[in-house]
Amino acid sequence: MSNIQERQKEIVEEFSIFEDWMDRYEYMIDLGKSLPLIEDQYKTDENIIKGCQSRVWVYGAMDNDKLDFTADSDAIITKGIIAILIRVFSGQKPEDIIGANTDFIDEIGLKEHLSPNRANGLVSMIKQMKMYAIAYNSQQNKA
Amino acid sequence: MNMVNTSEQLLDIDSIRKDFPILHREINGKPLVYFDNAATSQTPRQVIDCIVDYYENKNANIHRGVHSLSQIATDAYESAREKVRAHFNAKHGHEIIMTSGTTHSINLVANGYASILKPEDEILVSAMEHHSNIVPWQMLCQKTGSKLKVIPMSEKGELVMEAYKDLLNEHTKLVFVNHVSNALGTINPIKEIIDLAHQVNAKVLIDGAQSAPHLKADVQALDVDYYTVSAHKICGPTGVGMLYGKEELLNMLPPYQGGGEMIDEVTFEETTYAGLPHKFEAGTPNISGGIAFGAALDYMNAIGFDTIAAYEMQLLIYATEEIEKIDGVRIYGTTPEHKTAVLSFNIEGLHPYDIGTLLDKMGIAVRTGHHCAQPIMDFYKIPGTVRASFSFYNSKAEIDSFITALKKAKSMLL
Repeated sequence: MSNIQERQKEIVEEFSIFEDWMDRYEYMIDLGKSLPLIEDQYKTDENIIKGCQSRVWVYGAMDNDKLDFTADSDAIITKGIIAILIRVFSGQKPEDIIGANTDFIDEIGLKEHLSPNRANGLVSMIKQMKMYAIAYNSQQNKA
Repeated sequence: MNMVNTSEQLLDIDSIRKDFPILHREINGKPLVYFDNAATSQTPRQVIDCIVDYYENKNANIHRGVHSLSQIATDAYESAREKVRAHFNAKHGHEIIMTSGTTHSINLVANGYASILKPEDEILVSAMEHHSNIVPWQMLCQKTGSKLKVIPMSEKGELVMEAYKDLLNEHTKLVFVNHVSNALGTINPIKEIIDLAHQVNAKVLIDGAQSAPHLKADVQALDVDYYTVSAHKICGPTGVGMLYGKEELLNMLPPYQGGGEMIDEVTFEETTYAGLPHKFEAGTPNISGGIAFGAALDYMNAIGFDTIAAYEMQLLIYATEEIEKIDGVRIYGTTPEHKTAVLSFNIEGLHPYDIGTLLDKMGIAVRTGHHCAQPIMDFYKIPGTVRASFSFYNSKAEIDSFITALKKAKSMLL
């Protein structure tokens, strides 16, 4: 199982073969279509990420000492972005997720989605995933 | 298409486009196609020059100084107010309150009514309002205990006038409707709305933010009580706009903000307020913006609103015909002759956000989402729409680029 940095490096390498935005977005759309869907019972209002033009649900659950994420969105490009985040963060330890930086998003040419002007909520998605990690981490520490 | 060939002759589009420096830039490596005009319009060189000239030659605080520069700035500002008055045909210059824009104008009136309304009073707003014409009235109702009622809309995106007539009664004190819907472009029958409201002695505020770029409102002919406009939608700068109000109604409203400019005499015991319009213009205003607002009206009037409306209608009809050739397109709202140059649409199976994101990559600026009019989206049970809104400086060639890009986006997403 690769760690967060290794997975980010893999994604950066995958994206580096694309010559233009169109290939990059077509790849993201494909990733969106392959996203591990959230189970209907977790597609609730409390799992919706605010501040997105599209609706995004993210749910995180512990599997032993690793945190697994599932998600969904009604917009396919948004799903592609979440698919990338899930690939990086899902199956990692909460403390690693908390400390991870997300500079790779800039490197794969999706920096525009990090702007607060963007209503896609990429920043909010990352925040939500880290919040899950913080919550589970504090639970583990208490135990 | 012959029709569009004639439309291009209606005005010299190449020469008009030269007036707008921003139209010649690239976005994401492609020529900018700016179809987000309902959010804000672009600014012609003449208006930009006016702002530069103000800071280079006229900058001083107004209404105060005995020195000549202050007088020059005051004259320029007051002459802009006169241009606004003349454009909207208000009876008096002091019925034009310079504000920071429509939202400020609406809040000024809503705040004024907080001390006037009683719990038994009723306020009507239309179902197709922008949030800025819903939230201030909700806040007002919370303060006063008055009831907020909604004039419903039809599937075609038009107000249901029979329902409006039924809602009006002796308790109705205020009616708020936009002249043109920002999300759909519907031109509302405001003359009829105003006349019916006056039959029960209700006052009417018309939000003219979306109508002002496309048609010229005559506030006296409409007999409207309050009318609001933002300069940045009509080729002017951001952060400036106007509230028109009938003299006796503005006199009745209490001041909105306290400060300099708006007072007559101040002692620690009592302050008496200045007359109109200064009672509502506390503090140093957006002087350069106000002057440039006047310059923007000059620019648009030189082209002529009849020409603008006729040209934009032909763009809208052409765009509507072309977009309807794409399978799965659904246009929200009414037919071109009942709306301004707005195409609010979705493509079956696609999210507006995805379409907008890909169009942006191809240099095309449209708006996606709920357009600050969530009740309309709830009505249609959709998360939002893609809104392409056209202006007189857009061209048929840009619509062709937009349609080509839209087809490309659709093929990528499906």
